[in-house]
Amino acid sequence: MCGIVGLFAKSREVEDHLGAHLGAMLGQMADRGPDSAGIALYREPAPDGMTKYSLYSPDPDEDWAALGEAEVHSSHAVVLLDDADAERLLAERPHLQVVSAGRRIEMFKEAIDPREFVARFGLDGIAGSHGLGHTRMATESKVTTAGAHPFSTGLDLCLVHNGSLSNHNRLRQRLRREGIAFATENDTEVAAGFLTWRLREGDTLQAALERCLVELDGFYTFAVGTADGFAVLRDPIACKPAVMAETDAWVAMASEYRAIAVLPGAEQARVWEPEPAQVYVWEREPVA
Amino acid sequence: MTVAEAVETVDLASTPLRDLNARLHAADVAPRWRVLNPAGAHAVAVGLDADVEVDVDGHVGYYCAGMNKRATVRVHGNAGVGLAENIMSGRVEVDGYAGQSCGATGRGGLIVVRGDASARCGISMKGVDIVVCGSVGHMSAFMGQKGRLVVLGDAGEALGDSLYEARLYVRGSVGSLGADCVEKEVRDEHVAEIRELLQAAGASGVDAGGFRRYGSARRLYTFDKDNAGSY
Repeated sequence: MCGIVGLFAKSREVEDHLGAHLGAMLGQMADRGPDSAGIALYREPAPDGMTKYSLYSPDPDEDWAALGEAEVHSSHAVVLLDDADAERLLAERPHLQVVSAGRRIEMFKEAIDPREFVARFGLDGIAGSHGLGHTRMATESKVTTAGAHPFSTGLDLCLVHNGSLSNHNRLRQRLRREGIAFATENDTEVAAGFLTWRLREGDTLQAALERCLVELDGFYTFAVGTADGFAVLRDPIACKPAVMAETDAWVAMASEYRAIAVLPGAEQARVWEPEPAQVYVWEREPVA
Repeated sequence: MTVAEAVETVDLASTPLRDLNARLHAADVAPRWRVLNPAGAHAVAVGLDADVEVDVDGHVGYYCAGMNKRATVRVHGNAGVGLAENIMSGRVEVDGYAGQSCGATGRGGLIVVRGDASARCGISMKGVDIVVCGSVGHMSAFMGQKGRLVVLGDAGEALGDSLYEARLYVRGSVGSLGADCVEKEVRDEHVAEIRELLQAAGASGVDAGGFRRYGSARRLYTFDKDNAGSY
């Protein structure tokens, strides 16, 4: 089944409480995906020359402080590194997994109940411009932290998915030849990798998602995050649910309206069901 | 205020949904109800079997008014997937949009959607009447066996695929017709039927003559190997 949520702030007030809002939305979708939960937040950009790494450690006693200035969230930490330091540190500590990397993205995911996830990762205090979340009911691959959503296969890009893909094995082989790296056997990771490839080849987010309609076989509702924006796409059959809503202060999408009902001013929002095979994109001014 | 006019008010922000549905199922159920703060909850006012009126203030989730019998349920907001699924009789109205599979397998009664209905509206309808003031999505009335679907706006792709005897009336454009669904002549009796349904739906200002009729070509009722490509 799975549940997905996305929130794009259009006001300072919503930006300041982005983590709290997304956490509340995620909690509402816990019944749709009790296996695992994950969240990606887009926050203040890293200084020039530095990249934000969201790292996962299976060791509860991980010495994060040794990596420098680390913002720790349960089993994850967000660390600012330049390319050389990142390469050295990750070689020194091969047990660390890079969950995401980019100028603005920060990502956490874990194979635990979504409500517990929200509490354990301290989402309430996190500000940001936009974010995505996912609650997982696994169908295609194992219930592990690596198999939880969102999936990030390129800088600042992430994807959450409700549905399943049928041609992911063949597509993964093709994308590997294009130089896209995969960490799991998961179908959703292939969709994220496909977008990374198309964006690298110069497609706009809109064009990359339109290409998904041609090349991906299966059913899906996707929510996609980039450094500047947020997009939604449903497959042409639209088996998987989605609802969107917009006010002057935010744009939101979720698998079900009850996840949107927790947002301020939801009762007055314009609410609609996104059309099948239509790309919806919201973008802010690009990061300089 | 007389006893007959009293309205039972239930606030779902403070009352569990099961309490509401249990009270609506009670043998001595009150005749009028108002439900506050549904907040997208699923299964609001399902399984009613009494001459009651229920007004829901806000948006509901899946399966609202499912299996409805005799009751009138009005949603003053939007409805999620499966509004009035398997409705038997009575009336279900929604002011906003209805999600996928509105009125699925419905056997009787009337559903009125003031906004749009999404994909698969009236899928496998078996006698229900559905009036949609906006448009319906793809695969609407799929395998419809009986009943009438009136669409004031447009219909999406594959309208009436594998249709049996449900009658479809669309005022706007049709994305495409599904297998074995064909346009048919609109005769006086059909205009009268549309007028009656519009009136019942409270949309009597609409010209009943402005609709086109679609129905089954009856070529797929029983398997014929010459039609294998159409299934």
